[in-house]
Amino acid sequence: MSRRRHSDDSDGQPHKRRRTSEPSEIEERLESLICRVGEKSNSSLESNLEGLAGVLEADLPNYKSKILRILCTVARLLPEKLTVYTTLVGLLNARNYNFGGEFVEAMIRQLKECLKVNMYNQAVHLVRFLSDLVNCHVIAAPSMVAMFENFVSVTQEEDVPQVRCDWYVFAFLSSLPWVGKELYEKKDAEVDRLLSQTESYLKRRQKIHVPMLQVWTADKPHPQEEGPVMPGSHSVERFVIEENLHCIIKSHWKERKTCAAQLLSYPGNNKIPLNYHIVEVIFAELFQLPSPPHIEVMYTTLLIELCKLQPGSLPQVLAQATEMLYMRLDTMNTTCVDRFINWFSHHLSNFQFRWSWEDWSDCLTQDLEKPKPKFVREVLEKCMRLSYHQRIIDIVPASFSVLSPANPVCIYKYGDESNRSLPGYTVALCLTIAIKNKASNDEIFSILKDVPNPNQDDDDDEGFSFNPLKIEVFVQTLLHLAAKSFSHSFSALAKFHEVFKTLAESDEGKLHVLRVVYEVWKNHPQMIAVLVDKMIRTQIVDCAAVANWIFSSELAHDFTRFYIWEILHSTIRKMNKHVLKIHKELEETKARLARQHKRRDSDDDDDDDDRSSDREDGPLEEQIERLQEKVESAQSEQKNLFLVIFQRFIMLLTEHLVRCETGGIDVFTPWYRSCIERLQQIFLQHHQIIQQYMVTLENLLFTAELDHHILAVFQQFCALQA
Amino acid sequence: MCSAGTLSVLRSDSYVDLSQYRDQHFRGTRRDQERLLRKSCTLYVGNLSFYTTEEQIHELFGKSGDIKKVIMGLDKVKKTACGFCFVEYYARGDAENAMRYINGTRLDDRIIRTDWDAGFKEGRQYGRGRSGGQVRDEYRQDYDAGRGGYGKAVQCQ
Repeated sequence: MSRRRHSDDSDGQPHKRRRTSEPSEIEERLESLICRVGEKSNSSLESNLEGLAGVLEADLPNYKSKILRILCTVARLLPEKLTVYTTLVGLLNARNYNFGGEFVEAMIRQLKECLKVNMYNQAVHLVRFLSDLVNCHVIAAPSMVAMFENFVSVTQEEDVPQVRCDWYVFAFLSSLPWVGKELYEKKDAEVDRLLSQTESYLKRRQKIHVPMLQVWTADKPHPQEEGPVMPGSHSVERFVIEENLHCIIKSHWKERKTCAAQLLSYPGNNKIPLNYHIVEVIFAELFQLPSPPHIEVMYTTLLIELCKLQPGSLPQVLAQATEMLYMRLDTMNTTCVDRFINWFSHHLSNFQFRWSWEDWSDCLTQDLEKPKPKFVREVLEKCMRLSYHQRIIDIVPASFSVLSPANPVCIYKYGDESNRSLPGYTVALCLTIAIKNKASNDEIFSILKDVPNPNQDDDDDEGFSFNPLKIEVFVQTLLHLAAKSFSHSFSALAKFHEVFKTLAESDEGKLHVLRVVYEVWKNHPQMIAVLVDKMIRTQIVDCAAVANWIFSSELAHDFTRFYIWEILHSTIRKMNKHVLKIHKELEETKARLARQHKRRDSDDDDDDDDRSSDREDGPLEEQIERLQEKVESAQSEQKNLFLVIFQRFIMLLTEHLVRCETGGIDVFTPWYRSCIERLQQIFLQHHQIIQQYMVTLENLLFTAELDHHILAVFQQFCALQA
Repeated sequence: MCSAGTLSVLRSDSYVDLSQYRDQHFRGTRRDQERLLRKSCTLYVGNLSFYTTEEQIHELFGKSGDIKKVIMGLDKVKKTACGFCFVEYYARGDAENAMRYINGTRLDDRIIRTDWDAGFKEGRQYGRGRSGGQVRDEYRQDYDAGRGGYGKAVQCQ
C-alpha cells in the first residue's frame, strides 16, 4: 500500500499550494505594461497613461525598486517616447510625491554611471528626460538651471579635452527644445548668462577636425529645394523630428519591418512631409563619418521596406533624393560617394535596374575622372556584379557605353599561337597539359625549372631566387585554367599552394604574383579582390605586399577606382582581426593558467610539491610565451602596414604637389582630391589602431617639413582627439 | 545599473530566430541540430535562379561580412546549378546580418530566402528531388523560367 503524504489531505484532494508568480514574471508584466502603453488601444494615450499610473501606484508598496529600474531604463533606451514617460512619471509624482523624489535620485545616479562608462548618447537622453520632468512638475526649474550651470561651467576648465566641453554644452543645448521656454520664464537672467557663455565657447572652440568629418565640402548646407515645406534646416522643430527618427532607428534596427512601421507612424505625420524627413535621416546615417551607426546594408533594406509600405509616395521621394545627391557629387566626400555607389546599385538590383539614365547624360561630356561620370561608372560596375555584363549593356542607353564596365573576361597572354614568341610560351603550354593531367606540385616545380631567369646572367637552379618569368608563366597559366568560377580559382590556389609559397617567398616575389593576377584579371575587379583575399588568408602574400602593390606604378591607372580601396581596407581589416584573434588567444590561455593555479591552490593545501605544479604549468606557460611573441610580431606587422601606407601616400602626394608647383598648374585636380580624401579615409576608418602610433607618425612621417596640404590631414586627425 | 539592463521589447531579433525547418537527413538528435543551428555561420539560400552565379551570390552576401565559402547547389544527375546554395561566413554576427537584411530581398530579380544551416557536409550540395533537382521543383505546377520551366511532374505529363 502506498504511503500517502501528509499534505495529501484526507478528503482525497491534493493539497493546493498557494501559487505566487515568479518575480521575473512580475517584472516582465510590469515592463510590458510600461513599454507598450498606448499600443493597440482604442482609448487615447492620455487615458492609457492615467490608467497605468493608477496600476503602478498600487504596485509601489511591493514592487517599487522594479518600477524604478524599468522607468530609468525606458528613459535611457526609448528616447523617442520621452514625453510619454515623463508624463507617466509626472502622474506618479502627483499621486506619490516621495516616489517622484526617489525616481529623480535614481536618474541622477544612472546619469553619473553612464558618464563613467562613456555612454554619452544615453546620457544625453537622460538629461533631456530630466529636462522634460520640469514641464511635468517633478523637477523645479531652478534645479534644472543649476544643473545646466554646472554643465556649462565645464567650458571654463583648463587643460581638458575639447570633447569634454563639447558634450556638456551639447547636453545643455539639445535639452532646450523641451525645457528652454519654461526655464526662461522662471529664470531668464540665468538662462541668458548660460546662452552667452555657450555662444562664447562656440566662437572660440577649435574646428580643425571638422573638414575630416564633413560629408560636403561646401561651407553652408545646401539651400532648401523647391518642394514640400519642411521645418527650416536650423530650426528646433527640424532638430526634434530628426532626433526622434534617429532614435527610432536606433531602437529597431534589428527588425526592419517594425522599424519602417514605427518611422512611418511618427506622431504629427500629417503636419510634416514625413517621407522626406525619413529619407533625409536615413541618408544622414548612411553618410555619417567616420562610420554609419549601423551596417550599411541595413539602410538599403530599410528603404526597401519603406517603399513597400508607401509604394505610392516613397519611391518618388527616394528618386528625388538620389537626383539631388547626384547633382552635388562634386562636393561630396569620397567615402560617402563609396557608400552612395553601394546603396544605389544594390537598390536598383531590387527594382530591375529601372532608372532614367538619360537624365544624367550631362556626365557623358565630362572628363572620366570627374565625380559624376566616375560615380556612374562605378555604379554600373557594381550593378554588373549583382547581375551580368549583357544586362548592364541592355539597361543603359547606347550613349552610356563609354561608362559601361568591361566584360569581365580573363586575359591569358600565352593563349594565342601568335604569342608563341613570348619567353616562357612553351613552358606555359607544357604546364597547361600537366595541370590538366592532374600534375603534382613536384612535377610543376620540375617543369618550371626550365624557365630562364631574365634577372640573371647565369642560371641559379639550386635556390629559388626571385624569377619573375617563372611567376608569370605559372600564375598566368593556372589562373587561366581556373578562370571558370571563384571556386575553381580557390581550388587551384589550394592545390598548388606549395608552388605559390615558394615562388612568392621573397617580397619581390609577392609583389610580382599580385602584378600577374592583375594582368590576368584586370577586366574583373571582383575576381582580383577575392583572389587577393584568399592569398592573404593562405599566406601566399602578406598585407604589406598588397599595400605596396596598390601604390605601385603598374596600378596607377586604376588608383582612383573604388575596387582598389575596397581591397586595401579589406586588407587592413584582416590584419586588425588577426591581431585581435591572437590577443584573444593569449588572454584565454592566461586565464586558463590562472584557473589552473586557483584549482591547485584550493585542491592541495597540504601538498607542497612545487615541482609537480611547475610541470603542470609548463606547457601552458610555454604556450603563453609563444603567444606573447606571436602577438608582438603581429602588432609589429600591423604597425608596419600602416607606416607603409602612409609613406606611400606622402610620396605620391608630394610628387604631385611638386609637379604642380614647378609646372604652375592647379593642385586641385580630381585625382588629387580623390587621393587626399583616400588618405583621410585611412585615418578615419582605422582611427582606434592608428592612435597607438601618434608619436611615430609625428616624428617619422608627418613632420614639419611636409607640404602643408598633406600635414593638414594629420593635423585634422590629431584635432579629433584634442 | 546602467550598462546592464535592456528591455525585452528591444531584444526582439525575429529575422535571426530559427525557422520551423529541420533537415530530415541530419545525423543526430533534434537537440543536436538546433544547437548547431544556433551557433552556425552557414546559411542555406533558396529560390535562386538556375542561372545565378557564385560571383553574384558572393557580391550580395559579401555586404554583411567576409565570406568563407560559397557552395552551389547542384542537380544530382546533371551536376548543374539547381537553384540553391550554402554561404558560410567566418563570423556568426555576419551571418546574422545576412538573415536580417539580405533574406527576403532580391537576387537576379527573385526574392531569395535564407535559413540557418547546421553545416555543410559532403553530399548536401545535391538536390534531393527524384529527378535530381530540388524537391520543390518536382511537384510545382507553375512555369518558372529561372528554374527550368514547369515542375518535373508537369513536364513528364
